[in-house]
Amino acid sequence: MSTNRMVSTTINGEDMALIIDDRMTLLDALRDRAGLTGTKEGCLSGDCGACSVIMNDRVVDSCLVMAAEAEGAAIVTVEGLADGTELHPLQRRFLEQAALQCGICTPGFLVTAKSLLDRNNNPSAAEIRLWLAGNLCRCTGYDKIIRAVEGASADLRAAKG
Amino acid sequence: MKPLEYHAPTSLDEAISILKAEGSQAAALSGGTDLIIQNRARPLDLAHMVDIKRIPELNVLEYDAKNGLRLGAAVPCYKVAEYEPIVRLYPALAEGAELIGSIQIQSRATVGGNICNGSPAADTICALIVLSAICAIRGPDGNRDVPAVDFMVGPGETALKPGEILVEMRLPPPPAQSSNAYLRFIPRNEMDIAVVCAAANITMDDKGVTCTAATVAIGAVGPTPILVQAAGAVLTGAKLDAAAIAKAAKAASAAARPIDDHRGTVEFRTHVAGVLTRRTVELAAQRIKEDAK
Repeated sequence: MSTNRMVSTTINGEDMALIIDDRMTLLDALRDRAGLTGTKEGCLSGDCGACSVIMNDRVVDSCLVMAAEAEGAAIVTVEGLADGTELHPLQRRFLEQAALQCGICTPGFLVTAKSLLDRNNNPSAAEIRLWLAGNLCRCTGYDKIIRAVEGASADLRAAKG
Repeated sequence: MKPLEYHAPTSLDEAISILKAEGSQAAALSGGTDLIIQNRARPLDLAHMVDIKRIPELNVLEYDAKNGLRLGAAVPCYKVAEYEPIVRLYPALAEGAELIGSIQIQSRATVGGNICNGSPAADTICALIVLSAICAIRGPDGNRDVPAVDFMVGPGETALKPGEILVEMRLPPPPAQSSNAYLRFIPRNEMDIAVVCAAANITMDDKGVTCTAATVAIGAVGPTPILVQAAGAVLTGAKLDAAAIAKAAKAASAAARPIDDHRGTVEFRTHVAGVLTRRTVELAAQRIKEDAK
Protein backbone atom coordinates (compact mmCIF):
# COMPACT_ATOMS: atom_id res chain seq x y z
CA MET A 1 0.00 0.00 0.00
CA SER A 2 1.07 3.49 -0.60
CA THR A 3 2.32 5.31 2.42
CA ASN A 4 1.39 8.87 3.28
CA ARG A 5 3.20 10.76 5.94
CA MET A 6 3.65 14.22 7.33
CA VAL A 7 7.02 15.81 6.73
CA SER A 8 8.09 18.76 8.86
CA THR A 9 10.56 21.08 7.19
CA THR A 10 11.55 24.70 7.14
CA ILE A 11 10.99 26.22 3.71
CA ASN A 12 12.36 29.71 3.09
CA GLY A 13 12.53 30.25 6.83
CA GLU A 14 8.96 29.15 7.51
CA ASP A 15 8.12 25.96 9.40
CA MET A 16 5.90 23.80 7.23
CA ALA A 17 4.23 20.42 7.61
CA LEU A 18 3.46 18.74 4.31
CA ILE A 19 1.37 15.63 3.77
CA ILE A 20 3.24 13.61 1.18
CA ASP A 21 3.05 10.26 -0.53
CA ASP A 22 6.29 8.28 -0.18
CA ARG A 23 6.58 8.08 -3.96
CA MET A 24 6.95 11.86 -4.22
CA THR A 25 10.21 13.65 -4.72
CA LEU A 26 11.07 16.87 -2.95
CA LEU A 27 10.34 18.60 -6.27
CA ASP A 28 6.81 17.15 -6.31
CA ALA A 29 6.24 18.13 -2.68
CA LEU A 30 7.41 21.71 -3.21
CA ARG A 31 5.28 22.23 -6.29
CA ASP A 32 2.17 20.17 -5.51
CA ARG A 33 2.00 20.32 -1.71
CA ALA A 34 3.69 23.56 -0.70
CA GLY A 35 2.40 25.40 -3.79
CA LEU A 36 5.88 26.72 -4.56
CA THR A 37 5.94 26.37 -8.32
CA GLY A 38 9.06 28.48 -8.90
CA THR A 39 11.15 25.30 -8.79
CA LYS A 40 10.91 23.72 -12.24
CA GLU A 41 10.87 20.17 -13.50
CA GLY A 42 13.31 19.64 -16.34
CA CYS A 43 15.09 16.40 -17.16
CA LEU A 44 14.31 14.36 -14.01
CA SER A 45 17.76 12.86 -14.25
CA GLY A 46 20.09 15.32 -12.53
CA ASP A 47 21.46 16.81 -15.74
CA CYS A 48 19.68 20.14 -16.12
CA GLY A 49 19.48 21.69 -12.64
CA ALA A 50 16.09 23.37 -13.25
CA CYS A 51 14.87 21.86 -9.96
CA SER A 52 17.83 23.10 -7.88
CA VAL A 53 17.05 24.02 -4.27
CA ILE A 54 19.26 24.52 -1.24
CA MET A 55 18.82 21.77 1.35
CA ASN A 56 20.72 22.13 4.62
CA ASP A 57 23.12 24.65 3.03
CA ARG A 58 23.94 22.46 0.00
CA VAL A 59 22.43 22.90 -3.44
CA VAL A 60 20.71 19.72 -4.67
CA ASP A 61 18.56 18.59 -7.57
CA SER A 62 15.15 18.30 -5.88
CA CYS A 63 14.05 15.72 -8.48
CA LEU A 64 16.68 13.40 -6.98
CA VAL A 65 15.61 13.80 -3.34
CA MET A 66 12.70 11.84 -1.95
CA ALA A 67 10.21 14.15 -0.24
CA ALA A 68 10.37 12.04 2.91
CA GLU A 69 14.09 12.76 3.16
CA ALA A 70 13.27 16.42 3.82
CA GLU A 71 12.12 15.62 7.37
CA GLY A 72 13.85 18.13 9.64
CA ALA A 73 15.65 19.81 6.74
CA ALA A 74 15.93 23.52 5.96
CA ILE A 75 15.06 24.22 2.32
CA VAL A 76 15.54 27.40 0.31
CA THR A 77 13.76 27.75 -3.03
CA VAL A 78 13.80 30.59 -5.55
CA GLU A 79 10.80 32.06 -3.72
CA GLY A 80 13.09 32.61 -0.73
CA LEU A 81 15.56 34.87 -2.51
CA ALA A 82 13.69 38.16 -2.57
CA ASP A 83 13.16 40.08 0.66
CA GLY A 84 9.48 41.00 0.36
CA THR A 85 9.27 43.11 -2.78
CA GLU A 86 13.03 43.77 -2.73
CA LEU A 87 14.68 41.51 -5.30
CA HIS A 88 17.90 39.68 -4.47
CA PRO A 89 20.93 41.18 -6.27
CA LEU A 90 21.08 38.04 -8.40
CA GLN A 91 17.49 38.55 -9.55
CA ARG A 92 18.11 42.24 -10.28
CA ARG A 93 21.24 41.48 -12.28
CA PHE A 94 19.56 38.67 -14.22
CA LEU A 95 16.89 41.17 -15.32
CA GLU A 96 19.41 43.89 -16.07
CA GLN A 97 21.67 41.61 -18.15
CA ALA A 98 18.70 39.87 -19.81
CA ALA A 99 20.25 36.64 -18.53
CA LEU A 100 17.11 34.74 -19.39
CA GLN A 101 14.87 34.18 -22.36
CA CYS A 102 12.32 31.42 -21.91
CA GLY A 103 12.95 31.42 -18.14
CA ILE A 104 12.52 27.74 -17.32
CA CYS A 105 16.12 27.31 -16.19
CA THR A 106 16.27 30.64 -14.34
CA PRO A 107 15.07 29.58 -10.87
CA GLY A 108 17.67 26.80 -10.86
CA PHE A 109 20.43 29.17 -11.93
CA LEU A 110 19.43 31.72 -9.28
CA VAL A 111 19.39 29.18 -6.48
CA THR A 112 22.66 27.53 -7.56
CA ALA A 113 24.35 30.92 -7.96
CA LYS A 114 23.10 31.92 -4.50
CA SER A 115 24.63 28.78 -3.02
CA LEU A 116 27.95 29.82 -4.60
CA LEU A 117 27.81 33.44 -3.41
CA ASP A 118 26.84 32.29 0.10
CA ARG A 119 30.23 30.50 0.19
CA ASN A 120 32.39 32.80 -1.87
CA ASN A 121 31.37 36.39 -2.51
CA ASN A 122 34.15 36.98 -5.03
CA PRO A 123 34.25 34.01 -7.41
CA SER A 124 36.19 34.12 -10.68
CA ALA A 125 34.37 33.60 -13.97
CA ALA A 126 35.91 30.12 -14.12
CA GLU A 127 34.63 29.31 -10.62
CA ILE A 128 31.16 30.54 -11.58
CA ARG A 129 31.13 28.38 -14.72
CA LEU A 130 32.26 25.33 -12.78
CA TRP A 131 29.68 25.84 -10.03
CA LEU A 132 26.92 26.30 -12.62
CA ALA A 133 27.98 23.30 -14.75
CA GLY A 134 24.95 21.36 -13.48
CA ASN A 135 22.50 23.99 -14.76
CA LEU A 136 21.62 23.96 -18.43
CA CYS A 137 20.25 26.90 -20.41
CA ARG A 138 19.32 26.35 -24.04
CA CYS A 139 18.58 30.01 -24.81
CA THR A 140 21.19 32.44 -23.58
CA GLY A 141 24.59 30.94 -24.33
CA TYR A 142 25.56 31.47 -20.65
CA ASP A 143 27.68 34.60 -21.03
CA LYS A 144 24.92 36.88 -19.77
CA ILE A 145 24.30 34.54 -16.85
CA ILE A 146 27.97 34.65 -15.89
CA ARG A 147 27.96 38.47 -16.14
CA ALA A 148 24.83 38.64 -13.99
CA VAL A 149 26.43 36.49 -11.28
CA GLU A 150 29.59 38.60 -11.41
CA GLY A 151 27.47 41.75 -11.06
CA ALA A 152 25.54 40.32 -8.12
CA SER A 153 28.73 39.27 -6.40
CA ALA A 154 30.06 42.84 -6.75
CA ASP A 155 26.75 44.16 -5.35
CA LEU A 156 26.95 41.84 -2.37
CA ARG A 157 30.53 42.85 -1.64
CA ALA A 158 29.61 46.55 -1.93
CA ALA A 159 26.63 46.08 0.41
CA LYS A 160 28.89 44.40 2.94
CA GLY A 161 31.18 47.39 2.74
CA MET B 1 3.19 4.13 -10.44
CA LYS B 2 3.60 1.34 -7.90
CA PRO B 3 3.22 2.20 -4.21
CA LEU B 4 6.46 2.86 -2.39
CA GLU B 5 7.35 2.97 1.26
CA TYR B 6 10.25 5.06 2.52
CA HIS B 7 12.14 3.88 5.58
CA ALA B 8 14.73 5.85 7.55
CA PRO B 9 16.25 3.39 10.01
CA THR B 10 18.76 4.70 12.54
CA SER B 11 20.51 1.36 13.10
CA LEU B 12 22.25 -1.08 10.80
CA ASP B 13 20.29 -4.05 12.16
CA GLU B 14 17.00 -2.34 11.42
CA ALA B 15 18.08 -1.50 7.86
CA ILE B 16 19.32 -5.04 7.24
CA SER B 17 16.11 -6.60 8.55
CA ILE B 18 13.98 -4.51 6.15
CA LEU B 19 16.27 -5.25 3.19
CA LYS B 20 16.26 -8.96 4.04
CA ALA B 21 12.48 -9.15 4.50
CA GLU B 22 11.66 -7.28 1.28
CA GLY B 23 14.32 -8.82 -0.97
CA SER B 24 14.42 -7.48 -4.52
CA GLN B 25 11.48 -5.16 -3.74
CA ALA B 26 13.79 -3.07 -1.56
CA ALA B 27 16.96 -1.07 -2.12
CA ALA B 28 19.27 0.98 0.06
CA LEU B 29 18.98 4.71 -0.65
CA SER B 30 22.19 6.65 -0.19
CA GLY B 31 22.59 9.82 -2.28
CA GLY B 32 19.84 8.66 -4.63
CA THR B 33 21.49 10.12 -7.71
CA ASP B 34 21.48 6.72 -9.42
CA LEU B 35 18.73 4.89 -7.52
CA ILE B 36 15.96 7.48 -7.88
CA ILE B 37 16.60 7.80 -11.63
CA GLN B 38 16.70 4.03 -12.12
CA ASN B 39 13.52 3.50 -10.13
CA ARG B 40 11.76 6.20 -12.16
CA ALA B 41 12.66 4.35 -15.35
CA ARG B 42 10.78 1.40 -13.77
CA PRO B 43 13.10 -1.58 -14.18
CA LEU B 44 13.62 -1.62 -10.42
CA ASP B 45 9.95 -1.19 -9.53
CA LEU B 46 10.82 -0.82 -5.87
CA ALA B 47 8.24 -1.12 -3.09
CA HIS B 48 10.71 -0.04 -0.40
CA MET B 49 13.51 2.49 -0.20
CA VAL B 50 15.70 2.14 2.86
CA ASP B 51 17.43 5.47 3.51
CA ILE B 52 20.76 4.60 5.12
CA LYS B 53 21.93 8.17 5.76
CA ARG B 54 20.66 8.26 9.35
CA ILE B 55 22.77 5.28 10.41
CA PRO B 56 25.80 6.55 12.39
CA GLU B 57 28.23 3.82 11.20
CA LEU B 58 27.70 4.87 7.58
CA ASN B 59 28.64 8.50 8.29
CA VAL B 60 32.12 7.85 9.68
CA LEU B 61 34.91 9.91 8.11
CA GLU B 62 38.17 9.67 10.02
CA TYR B 63 41.87 9.23 9.44
CA ASP B 64 44.74 8.35 11.70
CA ALA B 65 48.30 7.46 10.79
CA LYS B 66 48.10 4.02 12.40
CA ASN B 67 44.81 2.74 10.98
CA GLY B 68 44.41 4.79 7.84
CA LEU B 69 41.12 6.09 6.50
CA ARG B 70 37.61 5.02 7.40
CA LEU B 71 35.05 6.28 4.91
CA GLY B 72 31.40 5.56 5.72
CA ALA B 73 29.32 4.46 2.76
CA ALA B 74 26.85 7.36 3.14
CA VAL B 75 29.37 10.23 3.26
CA PRO B 76 28.63 12.57 0.33
CA CYS B 77 31.26 13.22 -2.33
CA TYR B 78 31.77 16.89 -1.51
CA LYS B 79 32.90 15.95 2.00
CA VAL B 80 35.27 13.34 0.60
CA ALA B 81 36.79 15.82 -1.85
CA GLU B 82 37.19 18.47 0.91
CA TYR B 83 38.56 16.22 3.68
CA GLU B 84 42.16 17.31 4.20
CA PRO B 85 43.70 13.86 4.88
CA ILE B 86 42.07 12.51 1.72
CA VAL B 87 43.27 15.42 -0.40
CA ARG B 88 46.80 15.07 1.00
CA LEU B 89 47.22 11.30 1.23
CA TYR B 90 44.65 9.76 -1.10
CA PRO B 91 44.40 12.38 -3.88
CA ALA B 92 43.17 9.77 -6.38
CA LEU B 93 40.05 9.29 -4.25
CA ALA B 94 39.46 13.04 -3.92
CA GLU B 95 39.88 13.40 -7.69
CA GLY B 96 37.34 10.65 -8.36
CA ALA B 97 34.83 12.01 -5.86
CA GLU B 98 34.96 15.58 -7.16
CA LEU B 99 34.46 14.50 -10.77
CA ILE B 100 31.10 12.86 -10.16
CA GLY B 101 28.36 14.98 -11.71
CA SER B 102 27.61 18.59 -10.84
CA ILE B 103 27.82 20.51 -7.57
CA GLN B 104 24.20 19.42 -6.99
CA ILE B 105 25.08 15.77 -7.51
CA GLN B 106 28.15 16.04 -5.26
CA SER B 107 25.95 17.29 -2.43
CA ARG B 108 24.18 13.95 -2.49
CA ALA B 109 26.15 11.24 -4.30
CA THR B 110 28.35 9.03 -2.13
CA VAL B 111 31.45 6.94 -2.80
CA GLY B 112 29.59 3.98 -1.32
CA GLY B 113 26.70 4.45 -3.72
CA ASN B 114 29.09 5.00 -6.62
CA ILE B 115 30.55 1.53 -6.19
CA CYS B 116 27.28 -0.18 -5.19
CA ASN B 117 25.81 1.03 -8.49
CA GLY B 118 28.32 -1.34 -10.05
CA SER B 119 29.25 0.70 -13.11
CA PRO B 120 32.65 -0.19 -14.56
CA ALA B 121 32.94 3.52 -15.39
CA ALA B 122 32.41 4.58 -11.74
CA ASP B 123 34.76 7.43 -10.89
CA THR B 124 35.88 6.19 -7.47
CA ILE B 125 36.43 2.47 -7.97
CA CYS B 126 39.84 2.63 -9.69
CA ALA B 127 41.16 4.81 -6.86
CA LEU B 128 39.77 2.45 -4.22
CA ILE B 129 41.39 -0.51 -5.99
CA VAL B 130 44.87 1.01 -6.23
CA LEU B 131 44.63 2.31 -2.66
CA SER B 132 43.92 -1.28 -1.47
CA ALA B 133 40.56 -0.34 0.03
CA ILE B 134 38.61 -2.97 1.93
CA CYS B 135 34.82 -2.83 1.67
CA ALA B 136 33.29 -3.64 5.04
CA ILE B 137 29.93 -5.34 4.54
CA ARG B 138 27.29 -6.23 7.08
CA GLY B 139 24.33 -8.48 6.46
CA PRO B 140 21.94 -10.92 8.08
CA ASP B 141 24.82 -13.37 8.60
CA GLY B 142 27.20 -10.85 10.14
CA ASN B 143 30.23 -8.93 8.90
CA ARG B 144 32.57 -9.67 6.05
CA ASP B 145 35.29 -7.79 4.21
CA VAL B 146 35.71 -7.71 0.44
CA PRO B 147 38.72 -6.06 -1.24
CA ALA B 148 37.64 -3.22 -3.55
CA VAL B 149 39.13 -5.10 -6.51
CA ASP B 150 36.57 -7.89 -5.95
CA PHE B 151 33.59 -5.66 -5.13
CA MET B 152 32.24 -5.30 -8.66
CA VAL B 153 31.46 -8.60 -10.34
CA GLY B 154 29.73 -7.46 -13.55
CA PRO B 155 28.03 -4.40 -15.04
CA GLY B 156 25.60 -3.26 -12.34
CA GLU B 157 26.46 -6.24 -10.17
CA THR B 158 28.39 -6.23 -6.93
CA ALA B 159 29.53 -8.72 -4.31
CA LEU B 160 26.63 -7.64 -2.06
CA LYS B 161 24.20 -10.47 -1.31
CA PRO B 162 20.51 -9.89 -0.55
CA GLY B 163 20.07 -8.05 2.72
CA GLU B 164 23.70 -6.90 2.85
CA ILE B 165 24.83 -3.29 3.22
CA LEU B 166 28.18 -1.69 2.42
CA VAL B 167 29.05 -0.05 5.75
CA GLU B 168 32.40 1.60 5.10
CA MET B 169 35.57 1.50 3.09
CA ARG B 170 38.86 1.15 4.95
CA LEU B 171 42.04 2.39 3.30
CA PRO B 172 45.42 1.50 4.84
CA PRO B 173 47.73 4.41 5.71
CA PRO B 174 49.91 5.20 2.70
CA PRO B 175 53.60 4.26 3.00
CA ALA B 176 56.25 7.00 3.05
CA GLN B 177 57.43 8.15 -0.40
CA SER B 178 54.14 7.19 -2.05
CA SER B 179 51.37 8.99 -3.88
CA ASN B 180 48.52 8.31 -6.25
CA ALA B 181 46.37 9.88 -8.95
CA TYR B 182 43.14 9.37 -10.89
CA LEU B 183 42.29 10.67 -14.36
CA ARG B 184 39.44 10.07 -16.75
CA PHE B 185 38.83 10.91 -20.37
CA ILE B 186 35.56 12.66 -21.26
CA PRO B 187 34.82 14.71 -24.38
CA ARG B 188 33.47 17.62 -22.29
CA ASN B 189 34.85 19.63 -19.39
CA GLU B 190 32.25 18.62 -16.80
CA MET B 191 29.17 16.52 -16.21
CA ASP B 192 30.02 13.33 -18.04
CA ILE B 193 30.72 9.64 -17.53
CA ALA B 194 34.23 8.28 -18.09
CA VAL B 195 34.94 6.95 -21.57
CA VAL B 196 38.10 5.52 -20.00
CA CYS B 197 39.54 6.09 -16.53
CA ALA B 198 42.68 5.07 -14.70
CA ALA B 199 44.31 5.32 -11.28
CA ALA B 200 47.87 4.65 -10.18
CA ASN B 201 49.49 4.28 -6.77
CA ILE B 202 53.27 4.51 -6.64
CA THR B 203 55.81 4.01 -3.86
CA MET B 204 59.47 5.01 -4.33
CA ASP B 205 62.57 4.06 -2.33
CA ASP B 206 64.00 6.45 0.28
CA LYS B 207 66.11 8.21 -2.32
CA GLY B 208 63.14 8.70 -4.63
CA VAL B 209 64.94 6.90 -7.45
CA THR B 210 63.55 3.38 -7.75
CA CYS B 211 59.90 2.39 -7.64
CA THR B 212 59.33 -0.17 -4.88
CA ALA B 213 55.61 -0.76 -5.40
CA ALA B 214 53.11 0.18 -8.10
CA THR B 215 49.44 -0.50 -8.68
CA VAL B 216 47.44 0.51 -11.74
CA ALA B 217 43.72 0.08 -12.34
CA ILE B 218 41.69 1.02 -15.41
CA GLY B 219 37.92 1.46 -15.77
CA ALA B 220 35.22 1.68 -18.46
CA VAL B 221 37.25 -0.76 -20.55
CA GLY B 222 35.61 -4.01 -19.47
CA PRO B 223 32.60 -5.41 -17.61
CA THR B 224 34.34 -4.57 -14.33
CA PRO B 225 37.28 -2.32 -13.47
CA ILE B 226 40.62 -4.02 -14.17
CA LEU B 227 43.62 -4.21 -11.85
CA VAL B 228 46.51 -4.27 -14.33
CA GLN B 229 48.99 -6.48 -12.53
CA ALA B 230 51.41 -6.50 -15.47
CA ALA B 231 51.66 -2.69 -15.29
CA GLY B 232 52.48 -2.81 -11.59
CA ALA B 233 55.03 -5.55 -12.23
CA VAL B 234 56.99 -3.64 -14.89
CA LEU B 235 57.16 -0.52 -12.73
CA THR B 236 58.18 -2.25 -9.51
CA GLY B 237 61.96 -2.26 -9.24
CA ALA B 238 62.33 0.16 -12.16
CA LYS B 239 63.44 3.76 -12.28
CA LEU B 240 60.36 5.62 -13.42
CA ASP B 241 61.83 6.69 -16.76
CA ALA B 242 59.91 7.06 -20.00
CA ALA B 243 60.76 3.51 -21.13
CA ALA B 244 59.40 1.86 -17.96
CA ILE B 245 56.27 4.00 -17.98
CA ALA B 246 55.70 3.23 -21.67
CA LYS B 247 55.84 -0.49 -20.85
CA ALA B 248 53.24 -0.01 -18.12
CA ALA B 249 51.03 1.91 -20.54
CA LYS B 250 51.35 -0.89 -23.08
CA ALA B 251 50.40 -3.43 -20.41
CA ALA B 252 47.28 -1.41 -19.57
CA SER B 253 46.23 -1.22 -23.23
CA ALA B 254 46.80 -4.98 -23.50
CA ALA B 255 44.62 -5.61 -20.42
CA ALA B 256 41.75 -3.42 -21.66
CA ARG B 257 38.68 -5.31 -22.89
CA PRO B 258 36.41 -2.44 -23.96
CA ILE B 259 33.21 -2.44 -25.96
CA ASP B 260 32.32 -0.20 -28.90
CA ASP B 261 29.58 2.26 -28.06
CA HIS B 262 28.49 5.82 -28.80
CA ARG B 263 31.02 7.17 -26.30
CA GLY B 264 34.11 5.45 -27.70
CA THR B 265 35.37 2.71 -29.96
CA VAL B 266 37.37 -0.33 -28.90
CA GLU B 267 40.45 1.05 -30.62
CA PHE B 268 40.16 4.48 -28.98
CA ARG B 269 39.50 3.13 -25.49
CA THR B 270 42.37 0.65 -25.75
CA HIS B 271 44.74 3.45 -26.71
CA VAL B 272 43.47 5.87 -24.07
CA ALA B 273 43.81 3.23 -21.32
CA GLY B 274 47.54 3.36 -22.01
CA VAL B 275 47.68 7.16 -22.19
CA LEU B 276 45.88 7.58 -18.88
CA THR B 277 48.06 4.94 -17.26
CA ARG B 278 51.16 6.86 -18.31
CA ARG B 279 49.72 10.15 -17.09
CA THR B 280 48.52 8.83 -13.71
CA VAL B 281 51.90 7.18 -13.05
CA GLU B 282 53.69 10.42 -13.98
CA LEU B 283 51.32 12.47 -11.84
CA ALA B 284 51.73 10.19 -8.82
CA ALA B 285 55.55 10.29 -9.24
CA GLN B 286 55.43 14.08 -9.52
CA ARG B 287 53.42 14.27 -6.29
CA ILE B 288 56.00 12.18 -4.45
CA LYS B 289 58.69 14.65 -5.54
CA GLU B 290 56.59 17.63 -4.46
CA ASP B 291 55.82 16.03 -1.09
CA ALA B 292 59.56 15.49 -0.56
CA LYS B 293 60.25 19.23 -0.90
